[in-house]
Amino acid sequence: MLLVALGIGVLAVIVSAILGPKKGSRAKLMAYESGNDPEHGGVGTGQRFPVHFYLVAMLFIVFDIETAFFYPLAVAYQKLIPFAFFEALTFVLLLLVGYVYVLKKRVLEWA
Amino acid sequence: MPDWLLTALITLLKAVLVALALLTTFAYMTLIERRLLARMQIRYGPNRVGPMGLLQPLADAIKSIFKEDLQVTLADKLVYTLAPIIAIGMALTAFAGIPAGPPLSLFGENPWVYNLDAGLLALLALTSMGVYGIFLGGWASGSKYPILGGLRSSAQMISYELGMGLSILGTLMLIGSTNFVAIVEWQALNGWIIVFQVFAFALFLVSSFAEVNRTPFDLPEAEQEIVAGYLTEYTAIKWALFQMAEYVNMITASALMATLFFGGYRGPVFLDAVIPGISGWPIVWLVVKIAFFLFLFIWVRATLPRLRYDQLMRFGWKLLLPLALGNTMLVAFYLAFVTPAGWGLWLLGVLSGLALLLLFFLSDRVRALWSAPAIRPTDAPRPVRPAGGD
Repeated sequence: MLLVALGIGVLAVIVSAILGPKKGSRAKLMAYESGNDPEHGGVGTGQRFPVHFYLVAMLFIVFDIETAFFYPLAVAYQKLIPFAFFEALTFVLLLLVGYVYVLKKRVLEWA
Repeated sequence: MPDWLLTALITLLKAVLVALALLTTFAYMTLIERRLLARMQIRYGPNRVGPMGLLQPLADAIKSIFKEDLQVTLADKLVYTLAPIIAIGMALTAFAGIPAGPPLSLFGENPWVYNLDAGLLALLALTSMGVYGIFLGGWASGSKYPILGGLRSSAQMISYELGMGLSILGTLMLIGSTNFVAIVEWQALNGWIIVFQVFAFALFLVSSFAEVNRTPFDLPEAEQEIVAGYLTEYTAIKWALFQMAEYVNMITASALMATLFFGGYRGPVFLDAVIPGISGWPIVWLVVKIAFFLFLFIWVRATLPRLRYDQLMRFGWKLLLPLALGNTMLVAFYLAFVTPAGWGLWLLGVLSGLALLLLFFLSDRVRALWSAPAIRPTDAPRPVRPAGGD
């Protein structure tokens, strides 16, 4: 399936590259910046971003690992009752401590 | 012909069929969306090309293939071309794992392309890979608006992925399997999950709207916001591939909701009294349910305004995430300690519905969590008011 799906994408790009016109000019191939010459354009020219994006990505990693740990527990839950409940509770409470810390530090504020 | 070759050929055939079906659905989905939005705004949609505008998607496709495929001078050539291919590849692949009928019901074959024991996890993983397509597309464009747009989209998508992943944990606890066929068959025996997990379904619905960048969470590609997000520098077929990926993701999300919460490929059993065997018609029920959710996507788009970016992130992190965790713990507690005789899981359904109602009634209180920004404390001393009063 993956091969077929990727193949469709590649095919579309190739067909379009063959069929479409190719008349580039300097102005046409300029990056969009409301008609001005682009400043700091180009890949990897050291643009700066709000640190928020890094924080969200790090939080995502932490919580996604939590989810990853939770899946096997959830699937096997009915076989592990009631011991699994306390285990899950402990885990969630530990994470909540971190979550509350993040909230108090106002990491999730984008103002 | 040896057996393995036959199996491989059949799988390939099914894969091609699914891909073509998805692409056709995408094409007509754009038409139906425009027509429906038009009807909701009391006007006609596209109705010139072909009868009832039915050839409009074809015209659009031909146009985007014959369009000049621009590549900005500053772009990273390889990644710029690769990004839309990744996006569409992951989107199409994710759908193929969803069963459209019970085993061996498609002319003696299985009505799915692949069926994994960890089917749900594979689907979530593949949709997460779609984020790469979007972010790399924005990054490789070599211009600052697409980079910002790509960052914003990927931050949004990963944030809501958490809500999505956590809100289905309760369902998994009830069913005890991540295999789609097992999930559907469990629902055929015990009743649709939506009955027991209304609250989780609401959370899941909201997160999947955000996950596929639809209104009210569509600011990554909102034209009035930062130019056009990660799509700014894309033209012709590459642009169309990104759009295609978005719509295919929408179809996948609909199919996922139908399979997880609404009994998947099996219809309601009480209809069997009217027409015998109607609840077991393969594919029909799944298509009906998917169509319903697609309609919902369009309806919501015509109705709701969009959130601001900071509201969007707060909504995901401060509301969806804790509620999804709470729902999980509720189900866990119920399964572990509350087992009323004769009630089975129904009490859980009642509790879940009550939680949803409570959320509705408290919505004015809860709104402060995500709507109003809590001002960040600054180290700088507050400005001193000039003496002399106001």
